[in-house]
Amino acid sequence: MISFQDVNKKFSSAITALDSINLEIQNGEFVFLVGPSGAGKSTLLRILAREFLPSSGKVFVDEVDITRIVSSKLPIYRRKVGFVFQDFKLLDDRTVFENVALSLQARGVKEIEVNKEVERTLKLFDIWERRALFPRQLSGGEAQRVAIARAVIGKPSIVLADEPTGDLDPQTAAAVIQLLAEINSWGTTVIMATHNKDIVDALKKRVIILSKGKIVSDKHEAKYEFHREEEKPNEEVKT
Amino acid sequence: MVYKQFVLRNIRRTPYQALAALMVMFLTFLVISVFLIVAVGSQEILTFYEGKPQAIAFFKDGTTDKDVQAIENALTLTGKITKFKYVSKEEALQIYRDRNKNNPLLLELVTANILPASLEINTKTPEDLKDIATIVQKEPVVEEVVFPEDVVASLTSATHLIRLVGGTVVAFLVIFSTLIILMIIGFKIRIKRDEIETMRLLGASNWFIRIPYILEGLAYASGGAFLGWGLSFLVLWYFQPIMSQSLGEVSQVIFPISWIFIGGLLGVELAVAAFVGLLGSYAAVRRYLHI
Repeated sequence: MISFQDVNKKFSSAITALDSINLEIQNGEFVFLVGPSGAGKSTLLRILAREFLPSSGKVFVDEVDITRIVSSKLPIYRRKVGFVFQDFKLLDDRTVFENVALSLQARGVKEIEVNKEVERTLKLFDIWERRALFPRQLSGGEAQRVAIARAVIGKPSIVLADEPTGDLDPQTAAAVIQLLAEINSWGTTVIMATHNKDIVDALKKRVIILSKGKIVSDKHEAKYEFHREEEKPNEEVKT
Repeated sequence: MVYKQFVLRNIRRTPYQALAALMVMFLTFLVISVFLIVAVGSQEILTFYEGKPQAIAFFKDGTTDKDVQAIENALTLTGKITKFKYVSKEEALQIYRDRNKNNPLLLELVTANILPASLEINTKTPEDLKDIATIVQKEPVVEEVVFPEDVVASLTSATHLIRLVGGTVVAFLVIFSTLIILMIIGFKIRIKRDEIETMRLLGASNWFIRIPYILEGLAYASGGAFLGWGLSFLVLWYFQPIMSQSLGEVSQVIFPISWIFIGGLLGVELAVAAFVGLLGSYAAVRRYLHI
């Protein structure tokens, strides 16, 4: 279970990215984080990824306060979490196969097992034929599939997706969401930040609306409802 | 295996930086090789001259064994002598014949009566030589005393100079090479900042990220050491006949170069390479990775 307890994040005295966040997410849930730019969606995900520390408050993942994990132990925590980004963050000088393999190599998995597992995963995500290509040779949808394959190959218990469909056309975006839903059906917790109303409405999952760093709505099997407080988005905070 | 792939990829992706690093390392280790060869060679030559009979006293005709013994006793009392060797007229003739066996004309003209008997005197240090020569010269039965004072003095100062200049140049190049490794690895880390950040998010440990960069620095230094070492011995092997001819009898203490020396030199250079490569790349990792 993931638990945010009175979490605040300030980047300066003028910029409050998260304001008194209290939130619980059960294992295996699919949660949409929605809200305008600067609402605090990415900041919340990055705190969960331990890229940032909150200014105050605690964040528990499986009863471990991740804000207290020392930097030398962070890699062990991060192996429980898979990341999918809007800009894919694939390594340009590595092939599809090497990009996906990196996730296991970083965990110290033996080469023979890496090769087997990468093959299995690439076939599962229908990108095996693209294994020798470099990221710049892929379409946006293919690149995002590779990024998702890389995120889940290590069997993380949580997948964090920050605007994963932001750069994709509607059809490709729908396919990516279907993929994330399938990953969620394996029991993986998926937390996805998005602007895409159609996707949120189609899936009917838990929807948390953020505005100016606060949770203004938290509903299960919900749609992305327009909220009055979204009219004045906070200052853009994407560091 | 994984690290090897990472290092080779890093080198392939930035070939010009890799080439620059390798060339600097090559130059450094070529200079280190040359310095060590010259330093060891000059020391061997100096040792050769220091170990040779340093003073030779030639006797007048009619000198008896008793006279020679008296001189030996007097010199022994100085405490500066390591060895005496008496060479009789007959032995001197034999030496002369051996040296000129290819020239019958010279052999015909010389008999034992022409050549003087002599005493070869070894001293503990080259500095003792002059005192001993002065003592021996005063003996009435001694015709002449010769000793290679100038050769030893010149060689001693040359050896000291080689060590000083060579050591300074090598120290400078080692520092310079370490900084070059630091700069190039640091540059590579900076241009791969996003990649490093992604690897961190994938759960890569600090050492998983650091090791390829450290090994890359080590690869440049070791590659440079092999090339510098190889070229220096290639040049030495090529010029060996010319050097043997110009050095004369001294060349026998240098050539043929022993395999132990060749292997030892490679060992020393690889040790220096490990120091330069590891220090430079580790400093870069500490400075630029912030992990």
